[in-house]
This record gives sequence, C-alpha cells and structure tokens, in this order.
Amino acid sequence: MKHKTFFWFILPTFLAMFVFIFLPIISTVLQSIHTPHDKILITTENCDPFGCKKVTTLDHDAINKLKRNEPLGKFVGLEIYFDRGHLAIKNVNKLWQNNDSISQFLTSLYDLPFYKALFFTLTFTFTVTPIMLILGFLIALAVNNINQKLRGMVIFFSLLPMIVTPLIGSIILFWMIDSRGIIGTLIQWMFNDPFLSLKASTLLTWIMLIVYGVWHAIPFSFIVFYAGLQTVPKDQIESARIDGASKFQEIIYITLPHLIPLITFVTLIQLMDNFRVFEPIVGFNAEAHATSLSWIIFNDLGGETRQLSSAASSSILTILGISILLLPILIRTWKDFYFKK
Amino acid sequence: MEGFLFQKMIKYFKIKNISIYLLIFLWLTLASFPFMWTFWGSFKVELDFFSISNWYNAVVGKNTFETYETNFTGAGYIGAWVQEEFWRSVLNSAIVCFFVVTTSLTIGTLGAYALSRSNYKYTFWLLIVALIFRAMPPITLVAGYLPAFFEWNIWGILPTTIIVLVAINQPFTLWMLYSFFLKIPKELDESAKIDGCTQFQAFRYVIIPVMWPGVITAGLFSFLLAYNDFAVTSLLLSDENRTMIPKIAAFLGTTYTEGNIMFAVAAVISATVPLFFLVMFFQKKIVSGLVQGAVKG
Repeated sequence: MKHKTFFWFILPTFLAMFVFIFLPIISTVLQSIHTPHDKILITTENCDPFGCKKVTTLDHDAINKLKRNEPLGKFVGLEIYFDRGHLAIKNVNKLWQNNDSISQFLTSLYDLPFYKALFFTLTFTFTVTPIMLILGFLIALAVNNINQKLRGMVIFFSLLPMIVTPLIGSIILFWMIDSRGIIGTLIQWMFNDPFLSLKASTLLTWIMLIVYGVWHAIPFSFIVFYAGLQTVPKDQIESARIDGASKFQEIIYITLPHLIPLITFVTLIQLMDNFRVFEPIVGFNAEAHATSLSWIIFNDLGGETRQLSSAASSSILTILGISILLLPILIRTWKDFYFKK
Repeated sequence: MEGFLFQKMIKYFKIKNISIYLLIFLWLTLASFPFMWTFWGSFKVELDFFSISNWYNAVVGKNTFETYETNFTGAGYIGAWVQEEFWRSVLNSAIVCFFVVTTSLTIGTLGAYALSRSNYKYTFWLLIVALIFRAMPPITLVAGYLPAFFEWNIWGILPTTIIVLVAINQPFTLWMLYSFFLKIPKELDESAKIDGCTQFQAFRYVIIPVMWPGVITAGLFSFLLAYNDFAVTSLLLSDENRTMIPKIAAFLGTTYTEGNIMFAVAAVISATVPLFFLVMFFQKKIVSGLVQGAVKG
C-alpha cells in the first residue's frame, strides 16, 4: 500500500487515539507537576456611617492575570509525587529509620494511602493471574473430555461471569455474601458464628475480592485454553500413548508446551486487566479495607473537590507501574519478533 | 518418588469421568447460580431477599406473600423504572452503545485494513503503540480530559463520552480487526487493483462484502466495553445524562439509606438481561473473538 493511501485510511483512528489518548497523557504529566494558583487576597476598608470595617476578599483581577500568564498553575516540579498522598518520601525515610525489621517497616508503610493501594493492587494481580490460569486450564481439560453435545451449554454458562459488567457482578456477589444473604448465612452456619461478617475484616475482604477476581477471569483462560486444546497435534498424542505415556505425562510433555504461546497471551492480558482492578472495590463497598491504584485516582477525581494534580500524579505512577510490570513480556515479544526476522 | 506421584495421578484419572463431571458441575454452579439467585430474588421484598430469619424465605417469598398476597412482585422493577426513572439511563446507554459501536467499527475497519496491507516499518510501530495504549488503565486518562472538557464546556454530555469511549476502544478494535484482515488473502484486493480499482474501491467492493464475520465480532467487544464501562462514564457524565452502570452505582448510595434496596436489585437484573441474550445469540462470535487475539498474539 502506498504511503499516501495508507495515511488516509489510518487518519481517523490515528486522530482519535492521538487526541484522546496521547494528548491526555501529556496533559496528565503537565498537571502532575503543577498545582492550582494560591488564592490572592486583598484587604480593603469599607467605610459607612457606622464606622470602618476591614474586609478581606479574593483579588479576582490579580488571580485572572496570573491564570492568563501561567494557565497550568504554579509549577511545583515533583513535589506532588513526593507528598504524603503519593510516594511520601519523607515518611518512608522516617519509617525506614524508626523500624528495625523489614516486616515492621512494611506494616507501617501500609498506613500510607499510596502504598496501601499499591500493596493491594500487586497482591490482587499476582494471586488472581496464576489462580485463573490453573483453574481455567483444569476446566478446559475437563470440558475437552465430556460429551460433545454438552459442551455448548457449558460454554454458554461459563461465559456469564466474564461478560457481566464488573460492577454488577461484584454487587451481585456482595449481596449474597451479606450476613443476611445466602452465602453469608451459609458461612455463618459453617463456622457456627452468627456474627461472622466477611465485610468486617481486612483479610476476609481481600480474599473476597480475589475470589471475585478469579470468578470473573476464569472464563477467559478457559475459553482460550479450550480452543488451544482443539489444535494439539493428534499424532503426537497417539505416538506418546503407544510409547506408554500416562495421561498426566501427556499433559505435561505435549499439551502444555503446545499451549505456551496461549499461556503467555492470557498472562499478558490478565496482568493488564488485573492491575486496573477498580469496580469490585466499589461494588463490594470495600474502600475501608482495600484500595487500588485505580481507586485512588477515581477517589481524587470524583466528588465535590476534584483534585486534578493529585489524580494526575497517581495516574502517572500507575502508568509507570504497569510499564514495569509488562516490560519483561514486551522485551521477550520484541526479541522473538527480532530473531524471527 | 516422582514415579509414585505419577502413579497416584494415573489412578486419579482412571475415575476421571465422575470427577470431571463433578468439576464441571461445580464450576457451572459457581458461574450461574449467583445470577439465578438474584434474578429470583428480584421479584421478592427486601425482607425475603435479605432474609435474617430463614434463608428459605428467599426461595418461597414468605414476606412477599404477606405484603402483596402473591409470591412474586414487580414492585422493585416499578420502583426502579418509574419512580427512579431508570429508563432514562437505559436510553442513554442505548445511545452511547450504538454510536460507540458504529463509530469505532467504521474508523477501526479502515485503519486495521491499512495496517494489514502495508509492509512498512511504521506499521509495526503503530501496532506496538496501540498495544501500549491498550495496557494503560483508561482511568489514568481522565485527569487529562477534565480540564479541557470544563474549559470548552463539553463535560457531562453524551457525545463527549462517546468519542472518548471510541478512542479508548480503538487499540483493541485495531488489533482484533488487524488479525482478522490478515486472514483475508491479499490476492483478493491485489487482483481488483490490477483490474483498475483504486485501493479504496478494492476495499469497498472486494473486502467489505467478506469482512462482516470479523467486524461483528469486533463490534460485540466494542459494545461490551461501552456497556460495561463504569470508571470513565461516571466521571465524564453529568447526573441527568448517566448511563446504566453509573446510575446503578448512584442507586446504591441512596437506596441503602432509604431502604429501597429492591430498586437496585431490579436495576441490576435489568442491566444484566441484555447481556444474557447477547451471550445466547453470539456465543460462537464471542468465543472466536477471544481466541483470535490469542492465536495471533
């Protein structure tokens, strides 16, 4: 395709991504190193027949002038990144000096909002991803071994947890694990403790969110692996069987190696998706016990006071986080591509 | 030692049929029971849905019968749709989904077709950039939108949200359609070009007629993104323009205090039913869409 034709074909989608993804990133970076201008106050004396009063008001002219000259706000450099709501350099330094053991240090680090969110986000990402890979693979193996006629129905019901809106899925489960809901009642009955509530403890809340995450993600790995199983070369399996390989060996030495590209793919997508975990925290009403990076951005942006600079810094830190997380996989993909050539 | 473990596993697989069906039954229950339970409960009163005395009430609807003299009531649905005007959000969602799907398919198809038919180096880099954009959580972009949208006075309205959702959706749509177009043999449009067609005519008369299976699949995923989005829509839409999902989230805040939780339950079920039918009619397409990325990537 000629350069010129290519240009016209790609233009609309390129413009959309340039204006609504690339420019916002630049804008976010700029916002994260500026804060709104300080309010300029002016004191005037109002005199009336009963005496004079000093009145302090906003100096609108001065503010507007300042805004015209520096529309982005006051330049503060990396100050917002280092403040208590984000990387909290000073606090971390103090904690490092005051705490003797690493675990003590980490526990007190958890009290800082950004690190609290980071801990949960990483825990969620690195528990949900492997668990969903394993369970999805097991279900795919199982479905591959059942009657052909049943498979369509199994796939239909399996898709539901993934297709359902994340917020709605978590709300539905949240109602069921409520102490008056059916799962909540069941758990109280199992542990014989009528006051047991999953919402009250941090550990149980985390487990609950992770269980939701796995429930939501299993269908994806299941479907991909199931499709992969259909393409496992039959002759290899047959010859392995003739050589006396057990079913288990067959899976370890033939099926799994065949599925490696798919496993990489699912891992990549899942790392991206789990790192942005957000809706379940809202759905499960779990802010008190678990926050995520996306959640703190949302929290800054929503409500009456929109703290744009703070949200912008969190956004940039989140983007850096996902870049670090995916870098190994991206480098590998790039190397594969490079060496294939 | 290893051999012993294998032997144990083999023994395990000897009784595979029962355990396999058990595993599948367990998974299907986990996957579908929450929906059935909530669907059933949405026709009850709150005292049955959240039953303190006996969970069995949620099944038979004892309190529902005492209140309405019937075991099923549509009170929650009436409350949500009429009293709380949920229909407005449904309408907004329909508008947003329709325009997001049509726009992102139109520009995505053109772009992905060009990417699949060009061999220059920048094609590769464009795809990599799209992949990086796909990796970024959409919510990280919102701080970048807000000042500009306030400045130009376009915050809170549907068209702005539609364009934003289209843009966020592009990386994914591009990749999916790109891998689909690669599967359509190049010879098709090459021969059309030899016969004197321009590139666009070749696209129009040769590719468009055969591209629908891939486009429908990509459209389904665009639809799901627009339909399911909460983070972006709730931050970019004003209260009266809310789509379904932010509206449900807003419901939760108010209904917990007013004791109208059944409104929220009814709204949640109302928003899930379309997805249920979507899966029913497009199951094969959704599966092929999920797999397509995997086979290519």
